[in-house]
Amino acid sequence: MIGYTRHRAIKDKYDEQRLFANRAWTGFAIIVVLMLALSARYMWLQVIAFDRFSTRSESNRVAVRPVVPNRGMIYDRRGRVIAENQPAYRLEIVPENVPGKVPGLEALMDELSTLIPLGEDDRKNFHKARRNYNEFDSVPLKFNLNEREVARFAVNRHRFPGADVVPYLARNYPYGELLTHVLGYTGRLDAEDIASVDAGNYRGTRTIGKIGVEKYREKELHGTSGLERVETNVRGRVLNVLERQDAIPGTDLILSIDVAVQRAAWDALGDRPGAVVAIDPADGSVIALVSKPAYDPNAFVHGISQRAYDAVLQAPGRPLFNRALRGGYEPGSTLKPFVGLAGLELDLVTPQTRVFSNGRFYIQGYDRPYRDWKDTGHGWVDLGAALEQSVNTYFYQLAMDMGIDRMHDYLAQFGFGSVTGIDMPGEGEGLLPSREWKRAVHGEPWYPGETIIAGIGQGFNVVTPLQLSNAVAALVNGGTLYVPRLLYATKPAGFERAKRIKAPVAAQVPVRDPEDWLAVLDGMERVVNGLQGTARIIAGDGRYRVAGKTGTAQVYQLGAGQEYVEEEVAEHLRHHALFVAFAPVEAPRISVAVVVEHGGAGSRAAAPVARATLDAWLAQEIEQEPLQ
Amino acid sequence: MKRWLPAWAGAPRLDPVLLVLLLLIIGFGLIVLYSASGQNMAVVNRQAVRLGVGLLVLLVISQVPPRVLRAWTPWLYGLGIAMLLATLVLGVGRGTQRWLDLGLFRFQPSELMKLAVPMMVAWYLHPRVLPPDWKNTGVTLGILLVPTLLIYQQPDLGTSLLVAASGMFTLYLAGLRWRVLFGFAGLAAAAAPVLWLVMKEYQRDRVRTFLNPEADPLGHGWNIIQSKIAVGSGGLTGKGWLNGTQSNLEFIPERHTDFILAVLSEEFGLVGVLLLLLAYVMLIARGLVIANLARDTGSRLLAGALSLTLFVYVLVNGGMVSGILPVVGVPLPLISYGGTSAVTLLAGFGMMMSIYGHRKFIR
Repeated sequence: MIGYTRHRAIKDKYDEQRLFANRAWTGFAIIVVLMLALSARYMWLQVIAFDRFSTRSESNRVAVRPVVPNRGMIYDRRGRVIAENQPAYRLEIVPENVPGKVPGLEALMDELSTLIPLGEDDRKNFHKARRNYNEFDSVPLKFNLNEREVARFAVNRHRFPGADVVPYLARNYPYGELLTHVLGYTGRLDAEDIASVDAGNYRGTRTIGKIGVEKYREKELHGTSGLERVETNVRGRVLNVLERQDAIPGTDLILSIDVAVQRAAWDALGDRPGAVVAIDPADGSVIALVSKPAYDPNAFVHGISQRAYDAVLQAPGRPLFNRALRGGYEPGSTLKPFVGLAGLELDLVTPQTRVFSNGRFYIQGYDRPYRDWKDTGHGWVDLGAALEQSVNTYFYQLAMDMGIDRMHDYLAQFGFGSVTGIDMPGEGEGLLPSREWKRAVHGEPWYPGETIIAGIGQGFNVVTPLQLSNAVAALVNGGTLYVPRLLYATKPAGFERAKRIKAPVAAQVPVRDPEDWLAVLDGMERVVNGLQGTARIIAGDGRYRVAGKTGTAQVYQLGAGQEYVEEEVAEHLRHHALFVAFAPVEAPRISVAVVVEHGGAGSRAAAPVARATLDAWLAQEIEQEPLQ
Repeated sequence: MKRWLPAWAGAPRLDPVLLVLLLLIIGFGLIVLYSASGQNMAVVNRQAVRLGVGLLVLLVISQVPPRVLRAWTPWLYGLGIAMLLATLVLGVGRGTQRWLDLGLFRFQPSELMKLAVPMMVAWYLHPRVLPPDWKNTGVTLGILLVPTLLIYQQPDLGTSLLVAASGMFTLYLAGLRWRVLFGFAGLAAAAAPVLWLVMKEYQRDRVRTFLNPEADPLGHGWNIIQSKIAVGSGGLTGKGWLNGTQSNLEFIPERHTDFILAVLSEEFGLVGVLLLLLAYVMLIARGLVIANLARDTGSRLLAGALSLTLFVYVLVNGGMVSGILPVVGVPLPLISYGGTSAVTLLAGFGMMMSIYGHRKFIR
């Protein structure tokens, strides 16, 4: 009771109420002010900055997705499907949707591998590929799942956030290794590939032509990507397709290859490494292009494992090497018809000019003999007989009279020493020697002996089977040198008619006297049909007449194969069999060049292969007309 | 005995103004929730049941005289502290220990403290001379600091701030001198660097993010950025109910809980936001009117503090969603999905109703 005397110590209800009211309404005023400030903030966001946020909301909502065009199909000349698209499934991961960043990814892959076997390669490729994609993009992990794997994943899908099985169209090559060296294959699109194409058009594309026609015709085959504007939720799941601009599928290609002829040549080669190139002299279209051994391109389509790749790389006979296109061989005696024609057209000899062969040919002042293959010699021979029996002495003499420079200039007109320009990447150049070339490359003068052996296609001469076949085509069609073409026609999508693609003409070899050309062709006919012809064994039953020329040569490897030559092939250098041929003699429809590595004499190993190729083609030619 | 009977029997009447405002907000909230939950009727039903329970609690408490409520206060406060301590040991929750599993349902004791703290402060100050002297101020601070720290360490920054705020508002309304208040404010500002040091890393991240959300747009900044996009793209009148793309496509995180205002802003635009804010302001104003009608100190302080605390909810949530305040887990009162918060809030309004209904019976 004493404490009551203290100042304001008594509880004064009315005073307190006033104080409270004061405080309450002061507080309310502050509240109103702050609420107005908050309202102003919303006003700023929703009215003043509306456009900006509206745009951002829209770009959140709408995603633009590429629509991958179907790759064009490839047919052979007769309409057989040789490259097609098959439905397949691949496993993809969207890294962003995987919880736990990189360790999470690894854990996810560990989990996945209990259902779908994943190799070290798959993981490595995945991480490599991941760098080329955005975090929210789907990155392929494994291609070509089998049905069991797809089903197993589907059941357990909820366990794997971020992973999904995606259907796609995978390239399939029904003829496998038979056409590998023509078609090449498609493989996983890598960083280098992306740099070489229009990235925008490849946004959804996962594979690209790696070599062969698949690479050379990538642009036509790929088509044009379409676009799809889709509404997606925050996890990227498509809820709605707002707009779609369809992809334009790749163009279907019809190649001039005839699978039947290709198969015949392939089979005829047997187990021996070699190459066959067959060309239609009438239009420069390539009928067969065989390089053996080959490999199965389908293994590469889904991303080949390192081990499988190593196995292919180290397989005997180097299956990755395209002998038809890049293999450099000494032409040997297969060059003689061209040297002979040069002699006639340069007016150094006539068809009747005769040379005596005693088995040995000497250059004046030198002791070294240049031999005929027949030790006793062939006696007096004119051009026809010289071709028939492959008489070296005739061509030694002719080469000496002609000189290396004139020989070089004349033979160059047939495309020797330069690429043919075929529509396929990676072609070899071959080598047509000249005085100038030797000085430039070797820094040495030209020796007369080198001219002598050049006359029989030896020494520095190098040709590819493709060059040889194309040159023979020009020889038999009256001198029209085509840029050989694999592409025979294109067939745009829909119901449009296929459009014939004509091989461009590279050059026209001038014809001084048609009799000269006929004389050479006549000589080549005698090789097969003459009594002393070196390739009489393929004369056949006479349904049609074949002409040709044998050759035996040393191998000469180009580029990538260089080291291999020195280590492995040195002992076999003189044993490669060559044969060039055309038929029918009266109106040639096909020219062929055959190389059989380590095949021995051209007549025995290579000529039957050529004959089988000609048979396959001409049998069909008789039965049916080619596609127009 | 008649005051224990319903209104039509002459029992204390519910405040119609408060009731109508509450029902409007709740109804609007359920409509927004339907959209924010991805048109999930089960979620809406569950929330409706909780709100129903909350309204029942409101009805019951409104019939209890403030005197009785005050008598329960120390027990309630003690129970709350005990449960907070229990969460230390038995708590469940993702990364934090906020919930107590009571078998039938999970309960968040910190929510209870939002009511218990202002009640306890009001209880303490009720018989004492106001404005409070140093001693009483000190005791009051003790009453509010103990639960605040307990909640803070769970960790739950948002709720601990709200609990502290509710206690401080009681002190403020009790007439604590301005210079003391400013002194506290100054102390708080000075303590900010200390607070930074004791903050958990995720809390620091939130502050950093608040200061510069675009620095980590896919990580910590994501919530704020997407929320702002949702609000901003709503414009003046909104994209329309169920048409909010940010919401439907799940760009807004926590879209039916803490960030439900972003959904509302996106679909109902500035108009919707302003109407909601207006409803809250009216609710607060009505609460202060009731407080002024109260005849005793404790009731007055309690009603006033609850009203002011409601404002803090709105400001912090609204500021967070619009990116002017850091992300702290404060729900939008009566609209965000969540049971404990809704029931607690409605229980608070029940007390206001009680104070309103019993204003004439107080001697």
